[in-house]
Amino acid sequence: MEQVEQNKSPELRSEELVVNMGPQHPSTHGVLYLELRLDGEIVVDCRPHLGYLHRSIEKIAENRTYIQFVPFTDRLDYLASMNNNLGYVLAVEKLLGLPVNERVQYIRTIIVELNRVGSHLVSIGTFAQDLGAYATPLFYCFRDREKIVELFDELCGSRLTYNYMRIGGVQNDLPPGVDKIIKDFIQYERKKLDEYNELLTYNAIFLSRTKKVGILSKETAINYGVTGPCLRATGFKWDLRKEEPYLIYDRFKFDIPVGTMGDSWDRYKVRLEEIQESLKIIEQAIGAVPEGNPVAKVNKVYKPAAGEVYLRTENPRGELGFYIVSDGTTKPYRNKIRSPSFSNLSVLPELIRGLNVSDAVCVLGSIDIVMGEIDR
Amino acid sequence: MDLPHLVQKLNERIPGAVVEQQPSAVVIKRESLLPVAAFLKDTELSFANLHCVTAVDRKDKIEMVYHLYSFLHRWMLTLKVFLPNDDLTIESLCGLWRSADWLERETFDLFGVKFLHHPDLRRIMNPDEWTDYPLRKNFDRPDFIRLPQSEGLKAGG
Amino acid sequence: MPGMGLLLLKGMAVLGFISTSAMFLIWWERKVSALIQNRMGPMATGWHGSLQSVADSIKLLLKENIVPAGADKLIWWLAPFFVVFPSVSAFVTIPFSEKLVPRDLNVGILFVTSITSVCVLGIFMAGWGSNNKYSLLGGMRSAAQIISYEVPLLLSIVLVVMQTGTLSMVEIVRAQAHGWFLLRPHLALAFVIYLISATAEVNRVPFDIPEAESELGAGYHTEYSGMKFAMFFVAEYTNLFIISAVAATLFLGGWQGPLLPPVVWFLLKAYGIIFLLMWVRWTLPRVRMDQMMAFAWKVLTPVSLANLLLSGWLMLR
Repeated sequence: MEQVEQNKSPELRSEELVVNMGPQHPSTHGVLYLELRLDGEIVVDCRPHLGYLHRSIEKIAENRTYIQFVPFTDRLDYLASMNNNLGYVLAVEKLLGLPVNERVQYIRTIIVELNRVGSHLVSIGTFAQDLGAYATPLFYCFRDREKIVELFDELCGSRLTYNYMRIGGVQNDLPPGVDKIIKDFIQYERKKLDEYNELLTYNAIFLSRTKKVGILSKETAINYGVTGPCLRATGFKWDLRKEEPYLIYDRFKFDIPVGTMGDSWDRYKVRLEEIQESLKIIEQAIGAVPEGNPVAKVNKVYKPAAGEVYLRTENPRGELGFYIVSDGTTKPYRNKIRSPSFSNLSVLPELIRGLNVSDAVCVLGSIDIVMGEIDR
Repeated sequence: MDLPHLVQKLNERIPGAVVEQQPSAVVIKRESLLPVAAFLKDTELSFANLHCVTAVDRKDKIEMVYHLYSFLHRWMLTLKVFLPNDDLTIESLCGLWRSADWLERETFDLFGVKFLHHPDLRRIMNPDEWTDYPLRKNFDRPDFIRLPQSEGLKAGG
Repeated sequence: MPGMGLLLLKGMAVLGFISTSAMFLIWWERKVSALIQNRMGPMATGWHGSLQSVADSIKLLLKENIVPAGADKLIWWLAPFFVVFPSVSAFVTIPFSEKLVPRDLNVGILFVTSITSVCVLGIFMAGWGSNNKYSLLGGMRSAAQIISYEVPLLLSIVLVVMQTGTLSMVEIVRAQAHGWFLLRPHLALAFVIYLISATAEVNRVPFDIPEAESELGAGYHTEYSGMKFAMFFVAEYTNLFIISAVAATLFLGGWQGPLLPPVVWFLLKAYGIIFLLMWVRWTLPRVRMDQMMAFAWKVLTPVSLANLLLSGWLMLR
């Protein structure tokens, strides 16, 4: 007995295990590298390392004309390229003081909301995948997203990086017969959302994995600059489309879904409900698209006067900000991109400290990051 | 609440802090950044959200740009601080807003601005051992920067 | 020695069945998952991709066998054998029909449960020997999980043994001549407990915690490639067949059934249960480690014990 006690002191000790999660890992959503310190399976500390996808897009922006930069915005949040396009062209239009016509406004709204639906579908699918639901919800979500992607393909010729928005308009008009396709899609998607509720939302295992996991308080969220569905899940009703309407969002009736306690389930649920709301907006907009020429005001070169602009738009992942400084030439002097995922990810170490590895994966999935816009 | 009103308030509370009032921004002295920030955050102005931190290289100086947001007044304030090229240091705002942590690290990484009293000032995107600051205007290494083949469209063309 | 020759033949037959069954199950799983996920599944190799598993096996056979630099070589090499060997051995007492039993041991069911428990050794060896933190976590999780779920699993089997008074699997099937055990309420409960624990024993969703692709990469077999990986794969599907075969034997009346030949009945029942498990796998998310342990010790074990007591009382009354 004494022998055992003796042995226990110097040799038998417990050590923290440092696990490098990523940059190649199935659930770090790209090339995020988390340095986890584990005590058994409990996360003691977490240090995210970024930059594996850093392409210095901001430096590139300084060497390209205003219009040449639009395709680069596609590569930020590549799941919501249209929304990035929009954020950038709105910022440049504000800098130029360039008004766009009604038809462009409507087309942009419809397209951007469709992309929001697609983006949220991916995030729901991958979140379920992170929780270990083998691919089935993911495939369901991609099946639905495929319809949107096909529509975009017809619209602008590509499926992921659209490069559709133009300063002063859009690339080209809506294809004929698109009304019916979109209306059919809305009906279809509403039915499918009920399916997701049956498959995931109220599934006992799903609930036990996500409820009260990674609770983010409203104060912490604001302090860390968290925006988008993660902020709304804390119960804070804040959506730029409603609070500081850009485009023509003030003309549509829609709600802002909020969560109650800011856990992973709330973040998931807010996204699911946002799809509903986006469908409502599209439904109202598609019937009211006025006549007009969406490419009428598109020029080849823009030369804004010296000045600066900071403009935010509500992206699927949060508030995307463009800070553009012009020195009066054809190229921006500085183009800072404030990406939502960047700030949202910074709260992760706070959230997963004390949880176990499975929950860490769940929280990371529920925050829903895209490395393209974090590393830029 | 508008910009002149705010400048007036700042002048009352922290005399000498405001250096210049631009059309859409307030430029303050480097030394008074922390008191101004605390004043903006904790008083009735309640700028609860530090939305964005960045910098602009003006060649003769580096301009720190802070975008603060007040949910209460629905107002985005742009705060600027000019840093001389030979002394790129500024107080960190991490104590007030946690969002400053990563945003300041990014600014350090890309511009080389040193943030005093920052809890963990490391490069965030570029390799730790790199010594260049890519967003400075004097960074024009041809092996990193490739211009488009057509050299861009000529102005007015 | 004619007896020896027969034994050898039986052994060959078992091995042949195992590999064919595993290959079929892998193809079938892919087809079932495709059906659930609105996909086609493998279509290119053979009719509806039926030769896909053959192609995969050839690929795995030809693949380079990569040994991690820091691996504990001996343990790392032995691990796949320790995983495959128990699952193959367990076939010894599985009664495909009254005549078609490799060996009808009088301790049949005890043999199956004890030998399949050796599996955990192989899994832990793989996790330890790989010198990979994810694999180690997977191995640790696996050890905890398999040992915990052994308890409710055995308790539910004990109920059947109490009912029949024999450990021989053939005798257990004979005892069900006048009705499956599944049709008796307390045994039906035991069946459910058995199925849940057995799912955990073979590390399948929702209890695939040791593998947990989205957390640990692939857990204990992350570092294995080529034929060694194939052995883990074969073991997984063989275990799947064994738990289903045991379930069919203990609760669904084994080979018994009208019209069709006994072997067909047996396989129908076993594959029916496998289909159920596949359905579960492709539908549910994964539970968390602590939730799973709590479920084993706080729900399944007490319920099994209570069920055992109740049935004992019913039988002695």
